[in-house]
Amino acid sequence: MMLKTIRRCYLLVVVFLIPLIASSQPQPETTNDSAALLHQNGQIYLVVLVLSTIFAGILTMLVVMERKLNKLEKELNK
Amino acid sequence: MGLKKYWWKILCAALLMYTVVAGMLLEIPYLPKLKESIRNLFYHVPMWYVMLVSFLMSMIYAILYLSKEEQKYDTISNEFVTTGIWFGCFGMITGMEWASIQWGSPWSNDPKQIGAALTLLIYFAYAILRNSMAGNDKQGRIAAVYNVFSFALVIPLVYLVPAHFASLHPGSDNKPFEALKTQDHHLKYVSIPAMIGWTLLGFWIFDIRYRTKKLQQQKEFNA
Repeated sequence: MMLKTIRRCYLLVVVFLIPLIASSQPQPETTNDSAALLHQNGQIYLVVLVLSTIFAGILTMLVVMERKLNKLEKELNK
Repeated sequence: MGLKKYWWKILCAALLMYTVVAGMLLEIPYLPKLKESIRNLFYHVPMWYVMLVSFLMSMIYAILYLSKEEQKYDTISNEFVTTGIWFGCFGMITGMEWASIQWGSPWSNDPKQIGAALTLLIYFAYAILRNSMAGNDKQGRIAAVYNVFSFALVIPLVYLVPAHFASLHPGSDNKPFEALKTQDHHLKYVSIPAMIGWTLLGFWIFDIRYRTKKLQQQKEFNA
């Protein structure tokens, strides 16, 4: 039971760790005006966080669909 | 099972996660016109690659269907077309969004825009033609023949014809892969993984569509 719960959760943990790792990356040096503007207040990292969260969610959806299909295929091909 | 079966889906997830994060944070070379919007290179351009790969695969399976007459190949071919149409629509919409800021209008009759629109129309016609016919054998064969001809039209529409006209798109002067060659090598660190990752996502979505279709067919067969 415990193992099953952990197995269910590890994906979520990974999914939420990725943006954290991403957001802790050092700020790149700016070489031009538009890049300077982009990194000026570090809020681009917030956008990256949001984007990666949404994307991680989409990937989770794909994995869930995959599992459901696997289950159906197994049931029908028994 | 396990890793053996899913490795490419895991690779796809990893590459795309990298694309989303690195694509936003990568240091961009100074481009006076595009500026930061060049980042769309990692998201808008791969949509077209996915579309082209899907249509290519569907043509290959259409030919296989015509030569071997197995129902399976017809289903695969059709599901690849549907996947390709979805990604083509994404490419079109994101392209128009980019253009409305960059070129001042979502539609400027650019040769590549027209070529891409015609490509999509040809495949919409494929879907309509296919769905307007009942009966698997005839439906499959007519659709497969149409499919081969439409792919033969896509290459000139997307690559050859736009190359002979002045275009707002960069890198379209005669050599399709020139754009990739002349890309700043820093951009390639993301653009190449992005291309592979998005293409794998196309295959993943195709895989889910095809397996669902197979289950549906099985259900109909058993009923």
